[in-house]
Amino acid sequence: MKAHFMSSTDETDIPLYAAAKKVYPQSVKGFYRSIKWAVLAVCLGVYYFLPFVRWNRGPNLPDQAVLVDLANRRFYFFPIEIWPQEVYYFTGLLVIAAMVLFLMNAVAGRIWCGYLCPQTVWTDLFLAVERFIEGDRRDRIKMDEGKWGPAVLARKAAKHFIWLMIAWWTGGAWVLYFADAPTLVKELAFGTAPLTAYVWIGILTFTTYTLAGIMREQVCTYMCPWPRIQAALTDDEALNVTYRYDRGEPRVSLKEATKLRAAGAPAGDCIDCSQCVAVCPTGIDIRHGAQLECIQCGLCMDACDNVMLKIGRPKGLIAYDTDNNVKARISGQPEKPFHPVRPRTMIYAAMISIVGGAMLFQLATRSTAGINLIHDRTPLYVTLADGSVRNAYTIRLINKRPDDRPFALTAEGPLGLKLELVNVTATSDWRPIVIVPPDATREVRLLVTVPKANIKGKSEPITIKASDLFAGEHVLAKDHFFGPE
Amino acid sequence: MAGHTEEKDVITGRTTTGHEWDGIKELNTPLPRWWLNVFYACILWSIAYYVVYPAWPGITSYTKGMFGYSSRAEVAVEIDALKAKRAAAAADLGKVELAAIKADPKLLNLALAQGKAAFGDNCAPCHGIGGAGSKGYPNLNDDDWLWGGTLEDIHTTLKHGVRSTNDDNTRISAMPAFGRDGILKKEEVRSVANYVATLSGGQAEAGFDKAAGAKIFADNCASCHGEQGKGNKDVGAPNLTDAITLYGNKLDDIVETVTNSRAGLMPAWAHRLDPVTVKSLAVYVHSLGGGK
Repeated sequence: MKAHFMSSTDETDIPLYAAAKKVYPQSVKGFYRSIKWAVLAVCLGVYYFLPFVRWNRGPNLPDQAVLVDLANRRFYFFPIEIWPQEVYYFTGLLVIAAMVLFLMNAVAGRIWCGYLCPQTVWTDLFLAVERFIEGDRRDRIKMDEGKWGPAVLARKAAKHFIWLMIAWWTGGAWVLYFADAPTLVKELAFGTAPLTAYVWIGILTFTTYTLAGIMREQVCTYMCPWPRIQAALTDDEALNVTYRYDRGEPRVSLKEATKLRAAGAPAGDCIDCSQCVAVCPTGIDIRHGAQLECIQCGLCMDACDNVMLKIGRPKGLIAYDTDNNVKARISGQPEKPFHPVRPRTMIYAAMISIVGGAMLFQLATRSTAGINLIHDRTPLYVTLADGSVRNAYTIRLINKRPDDRPFALTAEGPLGLKLELVNVTATSDWRPIVIVPPDATREVRLLVTVPKANIKGKSEPITIKASDLFAGEHVLAKDHFFGPE
Repeated sequence: MAGHTEEKDVITGRTTTGHEWDGIKELNTPLPRWWLNVFYACILWSIAYYVVYPAWPGITSYTKGMFGYSSRAEVAVEIDALKAKRAAAAADLGKVELAAIKADPKLLNLALAQGKAAFGDNCAPCHGIGGAGSKGYPNLNDDDWLWGGTLEDIHTTLKHGVRSTNDDNTRISAMPAFGRDGILKKEEVRSVANYVATLSGGQAEAGFDKAAGAKIFADNCASCHGEQGKGNKDVGAPNLTDAITLYGNKLDDIVETVTNSRAGLMPAWAHRLDPVTVKSLAVYVHSLGGGK
């Protein structure tokens, strides 16, 4: 049986698995490369150093500008403090993020993939390290093809060591967002940090090293869903990194092209030097047109422009261009200018503005106090000895300020109602007063008693009001007062 | 099988199994090697599992595994750890006076939390969730108490119970069964019941002689319930003039009560629960809203 199985190799038996071809991207200098270096510096700078930025919030709150305080269930972002029940802000952020991604795509293709995606940024950094230690494309290909002597091994080891150091630092920076950064750095240095910190550093060291060092373009090609969605979202009017085949074809050598042009015959600008392929971090040929693997990093544009400059032809054989424009030139029509403002981009921009505006409005006008009211389930009401009726409520008062706040409780409902707090002794005027600690919630039991004569029926509306004695801010909660039928 | 010949299929490049049924042939497509390997690995794993963990049932016992692991023992250890952890926190509760618990927010919160849990386990079956009570089972939220509503009173009632048979200091009150034991005649019972109904603002029957009813009440009931019917907490005699009745304030209810008496029963919890839990229960019940 096994023999049959093994022998059943035929040209019809195509393997479903294609081994990944190793890509050796060549270094390149140019406009887009410079932009990418700048973006990389800013992104990594922000990522690695943001946890150390301080922001004074007063004596009762942490002074870290960006902090995810899981233990106390708070998220701090400069002056903004988010409580768990306000997690909808993140929903808004996600909606905005998606819309920005769509808008970027409608304007100029895969800007996210090419310049901003962490996968791209860290892969770029890891490639720079590789290039620094093992040399450029040719050297690396030669090294991998040749025999592995001690010198090669030493280089490889050095590369992987530096990669691991960067990966470790990346994981280390991540955990700093979840605790006071200077303290945690000290704890890490002395080995006294909590176990979770080490575990997360380990996980992120592993993912950074694997994704940016080893898997690289395969992450974009096989793991990331965005290329699939992006292909469906793009249109003929979006700028994309485009090989202008109308200008480049037919491809001939430089000598041949000069001859052909002298004879008045058509000759393309592409001299088939393959520089665009050599520099490509995903190992594709842009001249095959838009393709899933292309992250539109723009390095082929730099490479091609450098070559065009040398052979004295105009730049931009590979350039940001729209499909419409290419089609227009081919059919001999005048060039179609790029329209950044069109229905698609306007809709995306409008959605970003609406969601962003709503979030900003909500953030600016949100209350620093809150109240939640739960009526007792059993008993719904209690008849007292004198015939009056009492309802009990559990009140949770929320204080989002960094200081103690006294809230006075009043109520509007059945006539003659009386408020009384259980187990709270601090009452300084005619209203029950609850002091809520800084940046915290406090739960108290409130008893509302209504004289027998004023009981109107089975259920009457009641509004409980908690007023901050000093700031004047107040919050309301509506519920019902129940009585006997 | 006749005609047992293997042949190569052109389209897939595989051979057939050589089996043929009415011209239908089957391609030989074995399981992938990796799949089989995983399958074998699972078999090996299960054998290892039998050895390491408790697995096979016997007549009276079961195979215990290499390390004698038992999830029940694991739970027991966790419960012990939890008890130890709670004991430390609860020790303070045991030491201080009830009033001191009320004054200390930390102790109060602990007592309320423990009390709430213990109430659900032990008291709710009769008094209801939240102490709402029902006919014959007092509502613990209101301000009417048979045996007093101060913290100390509630604590005493909890510790010793009401008419508990195994506690010498239990709360005991015994109302005579005026009708059943022949102390009062049927008409007299009805008359005094009418009178009691009017005490809490209820309507009496037509033709009710209030003076006669009042006289029967003064002769038979006032010694415990008081001349005005305001009750007496020292003997657990309920106040008959307020809006709260344990066994109902309809005339039939009152006639039934006077005829046969009522005698609810509450266990003495000091014999069932530890002192700290009983204390916590007292604080919890006192905080339901009716505490004096």
